[in-house]
Amino acid sequence: MTGSTVNLRIRSPRDFCAGAIFLFFGLGVLVIGRGYPMGTAQHMGSGYFPIVLGALLAILGAVTCIRSMVVAGDAIDPVGLRPLLLVLIAIGVFAAAVDSMGLAVATVLLTLIAAAASVESRWREVVVLTLALLGISVGVFVYGLGLPFKLSPF
Amino acid sequence: MDLLADLQLGFGVALTLQNILYCFVGVLLGTLIGVLPGIGPVATIAMLLPATYALPPVSALIMLAGIYYGAQYGGSTTAILVNLPGESSSVVTCLDGHAMARQGRAGPALAIAALGSFFAGTVSTLILALFAPPLAELAFHFGSAEYFSLMVLGLIAAIVLARGSLIKAIAMIILGLLLGLVGADTNTGQFRFTFGLPQLSDGIGFVVVAMGLFGFSEIIVNLERRAKREVVMAKITSLMPTRADFAASWKAVLRGTGLGALLGILPGGGAVLGSFAAYTLEKKLAKDPSRFGQGAIEGVAAPESANNAGAQTSFIPLLTLGIPSNAVMALMIGAMTIHGITPGPQVMTQRPELFWGMIASMWIGNFLLVILNLPLIGLWVRLLSVPYRFLYPAILLFCCIGVYSLNNSAFDVGLALLFGVLGYLFIKLDCEPAPLLLGFVLGPMMEEHLRRAMLLSRGDPSVFFKRPLSLVLLLIALGLLIAVVLPAVRKKREQAFQE
Repeated sequence: MTGSTVNLRIRSPRDFCAGAIFLFFGLGVLVIGRGYPMGTAQHMGSGYFPIVLGALLAILGAVTCIRSMVVAGDAIDPVGLRPLLLVLIAIGVFAAAVDSMGLAVATVLLTLIAAAASVESRWREVVVLTLALLGISVGVFVYGLGLPFKLSPF
Repeated sequence: MDLLADLQLGFGVALTLQNILYCFVGVLLGTLIGVLPGIGPVATIAMLLPATYALPPVSALIMLAGIYYGAQYGGSTTAILVNLPGESSSVVTCLDGHAMARQGRAGPALAIAALGSFFAGTVSTLILALFAPPLAELAFHFGSAEYFSLMVLGLIAAIVLARGSLIKAIAMIILGLLLGLVGADTNTGQFRFTFGLPQLSDGIGFVVVAMGLFGFSEIIVNLERRAKREVVMAKITSLMPTRADFAASWKAVLRGTGLGALLGILPGGGAVLGSFAAYTLEKKLAKDPSRFGQGAIEGVAAPESANNAGAQTSFIPLLTLGIPSNAVMALMIGAMTIHGITPGPQVMTQRPELFWGMIASMWIGNFLLVILNLPLIGLWVRLLSVPYRFLYPAILLFCCIGVYSLNNSAFDVGLALLFGVLGYLFIKLDCEPAPLLLGFVLGPMMEEHLRRAMLLSRGDPSVFFKRPLSLVLLLIALGLLIAVVLPAVRKKREQAFQE
């Protein structure tokens, strides 16, 4: 990512990436929103507010990116791939499983995958935890509170 | 006097067995999540919203409010005993609170924190009761122009108070406003940014956004940090503060309460800001500032009073104007909407039992919290020793069930997952997510009021400057913006957030 000339070096990786995200969303809004009617100041169309905001966001993103090449800042902390991926997979699997396979299976899958995200997990403990959470989610939400699982233990 | 009659009505509502019970559940949960680092009031309230469907609205709001101010009590316990802020509003309490604990004075620190919070809670309940009615009266004179200007002020305040870069804070708010616009446009019915997905036609649920940004991403970040965390648990010998402790801290409690209550009312304010400001003030006023960080009891008393006062007075803009001043209040709006209540000045006149019942419950809740936190402190200490590896799968599961059950939609869980990724990126990139959530809730309201104001003025934007109330609000916003851009103030702001 580092440019060949000194002037174009990214001095603040955090700001550069943040700016890129803002720029991405800002431009995205402008591209998608270009078809929405703008209307007039008196009768604003559905495009007026989002287009103005999207343009502002894109400008701020660009400014943040440019600024990151001038003002020095901290490097981005290393990403812990194991917790990041496993927690996300656990949520995704829950979302995919809950309608087709039901809450019990989704609970077990989520707990097992999520537990693997931490290096501190011991498998004996994980088994107990999984059973406990299964008991809570099925016992409380499904039987205790009636389907489709209302979340009130009270 | 009217106030007495109103308070009587409120206590009549709050003192029913059912409402005391829900108040208790709320403050108990609040203390619990306050004690546990890694889960905050935003995620908890979002998680419990579906659970309140079946409750009467008063009970639901009493419980949810209890979670917020209860968390302020619990947060101090963790800060003092293990030098970890259970809540972001207890960050400064760590400094002197934990220093006291290391000197074997954890008991007095906990006691002063709880008593200071109780005093602050009592005073700010009164402030709420005294100032909310006249403010609501004023709000009846608000037209769309005023509402728009007020929201501008709120957003600017949120920018000024956010940590880190100003540009990034502004961008976060705009991104939030834009996310709030997803779905069918209320005026024209046009679908905006729905990508053809029918699930998005009603817009993105705020629970989805809140859970992703504050629930999921926090868990991931906590797991990353876990490896290098070390906990030094302090022993509690006696809870009783000495006479010297009381003498040293009563003024700090008074000042913390005042400052916290004032900053809590500000749009963009809340519990966090007050605690920082109160600590800085005490350090400035102290004869010997070097004591701070070494176990000065004022450094515990002031911020703990301030965060509780701020947590409660931040309900004022919500209850009187219908405008949330921080992320938790944004969720409270959601809770009110679920129960068919439109937040705003009319709540007080149309639903007085709800309004005054909630205020009265806050005092009762604070009373319950002192009992929960002082005699039962041992219980919370034991809870602190539960390892995170048992907690986070449970938190994750309840978050998922919470998101799902709001609309029985697995799509929402997947959407929250995306916001979790976004929230994780934002944490890594130093972008505070709270302003985004505030913008998200205000987005549709702002557009609506802007449209209406411009329609009435026939497209003339000067309407925002010609109406006196609107002008005043915009001038305050401008003043805030100028103040923060000035180099001197800017440096101070950075300093304050670093401390």
